[in-house]
Amino acid sequence: MPAPTLAVWKFASCDGCQLTLLDCEDELLAFAGQVRIAHFLEASSEVLPGPYDVSLVEGSITTEADRRRIHEVRAQSKVLVTIGACATSGGIQALRNFADVTEFTSVVYANPQYVDTLETSTPIAAHVPVDHELHGCPIDRGQLLGTITALLAGRKPDLPDTSVCTECKRRGLTCLLVAEGTPCLGPVTRAGCGALCPGVHRGCFGCFGPMAKPNTPVLIPLLRSRGMSEDAVDRVFSTFTVAETRREKR
Amino acid sequence: MSHRSRQLRVSSLARVEGEGALHVRITGGTVERVELNIYEPPRFFEAFLRGRAHTEPPDITARICGICPVAYQTSACNAIEQACGVTLDPPLADVRRLLYCGEWISSHALHIYLLHAPDFLGHPDAISLATRHREIVERGLALKKAGNTLLETFGGRAIHPVNVRVGGFYSLPTRAELAPLAEVLRRALDIALDTVRWTAGFEFPDLELDHDFLAAYEPGRYAIADGTLRTTSGWAFSPREFSAHVVESQVPHSTALHASLDGHRYLTGPLARYTLNSAQLSATARQAAAEAGLGEECRNPFRSILVRGVELVYAVDEALRLIDQYERPSRPSVDVPPRAGIGHGISEAPRGTLYHRYELDDGGLIRAADIVPPTSQNQAAIEDDLRRVVSGNLGLDDAALTDLCERTIRNYDPCISCSAHFLDVTWEHR
Repeated sequence: MPAPTLAVWKFASCDGCQLTLLDCEDELLAFAGQVRIAHFLEASSEVLPGPYDVSLVEGSITTEADRRRIHEVRAQSKVLVTIGACATSGGIQALRNFADVTEFTSVVYANPQYVDTLETSTPIAAHVPVDHELHGCPIDRGQLLGTITALLAGRKPDLPDTSVCTECKRRGLTCLLVAEGTPCLGPVTRAGCGALCPGVHRGCFGCFGPMAKPNTPVLIPLLRSRGMSEDAVDRVFSTFTVAETRREKR
Repeated sequence: MSHRSRQLRVSSLARVEGEGALHVRITGGTVERVELNIYEPPRFFEAFLRGRAHTEPPDITARICGICPVAYQTSACNAIEQACGVTLDPPLADVRRLLYCGEWISSHALHIYLLHAPDFLGHPDAISLATRHREIVERGLALKKAGNTLLETFGGRAIHPVNVRVGGFYSLPTRAELAPLAEVLRRALDIALDTVRWTAGFEFPDLELDHDFLAAYEPGRYAIADGTLRTTSGWAFSPREFSAHVVESQVPHSTALHASLDGHRYLTGPLARYTLNSAQLSATARQAAAEAGLGEECRNPFRSILVRGVELVYAVDEALRLIDQYERPSRPSVDVPPRAGIGHGISEAPRGTLYHRYELDDGGLIRAADIVPPTSQNQAAIEDDLRRVVSGNLGLDDAALTDLCERTIRNYDPCISCSAHFLDVTWEHR
């Protein structure tokens, strides 16, 4: 049986999530022995034609051309996995969804007429069916490896839907919000990073996006009582997964 | 072939960070047009930074580039600290430089082993290279991992570090906690030296650049995380004066703005740094450079892989030096109370000088932001190289000439995500 094929695709993004695959330094060569990397432009100039067994899709949809291209990618992919905050929720570039994109363009470009862009940045799932989603800005390397391993074995990936608090407790870290009065989004943020920020004595800033059923309205007064202004609360819910968090905050 | 028209197409340039396109038109044996088309979907960072707090740019601008987030964090911190009139405690500035060494190690190892070396050895990628020379690729991955270990130790995460803040860091390790990292880096130094020896044996096409070079300069050490600016044409200026010298303009074929220095084409990045500052490298790095046949300057972009190797040696050597003298600073950060003002910050991203400018109101909210990444500064120089490479090699067949053009672009390790994305090479010969 030929090795399953893997394709990696990029839309509007920073390249960080696909770099996570190359950051698997200890596993990369072994992995390359089990999977045929058929399309991964950042890493290889060899491009094999589809269909592909597994496609990893990074980035959000922000142009008319990309809105068409994602359908071609879907059609060529047996399993499609979105990787990272841009692909799963539109990324920080979705701040345009709440602003005037024409004005945005004129701030950055002297001749906005040369620039082709949509008024919104949308997740891949808003355009095509997605089989699995890896969250995070960027994604977690362990989750990426676990997901690929599961898919190769024909299993469903085991992805948590709890909050960062559960990981923080498991690490035995002192609760910053309760014990030190540091504002922290851990109670409403999706687990997956391993509680990185509390680990460096910083409140979680939500880069994995909202957990399955976040109780955000209860957290907000806690953040306010820990010294965050109303504007600061608005800003912390308007970053890497803004399109999701703005919805949850209401 | 004087009246022959040629048209070549390469649908996608690989082994660069991001995606773009190249359009070349040759008529009657003359290169008529070379355009590096960059159609990265714009993400409008400078627009949505307005109204954000002065504490936010390190986290927000890191997301411009997953390969060099520390560069974005550092240039942002430098600019905001300047606007607020704050100077880091010297030990904190050393940690910032140490963290940045991790990014240089990781990014240069990625480029040398996974993106660039396959060009010299006739492989489409490092995985193919590993089928013939597994130990070489393993060595490169170990080096890259050493850089990531350093980034994780001080940054909390290799991609988009979480421990960086305006004014310093959230927390810092004890000296004792650095012992395993130092061990990893000692092994990495040997690998970095092997890397320079290995790449010195490659065959390099001839090409000698006459561009002006721009790089950061710091007295007494090879500039990385801060500095003033110098050019090979003899200019010296502060980050505050950057926008008086470097002007960005928009061209129809690119969503990355093109930059010019005092009205002319210039180059930033490893060749510029080495040519301007090689005397400031450590003794180990200078010796590695000499053994590899590098003089005091390097103007052949194909040899940039050697210069990156020398910078790798330096970054590992410098990280070891900084760890050796490390004591946990008395505080992880200094307070940066906001005030109205304008700040300019630069640092040397792996691909070249990265400039940030922020205008703050008296509450610390950002009124305006300007970011000039290295790849947009280098676009005009890359196009000029391509023009010269094509003109000098018209005798090659289409496939070979296309290959040479792609290599010419990869010499610059262009980070198109920073500025652009989707490299689609179109050849038009008429």
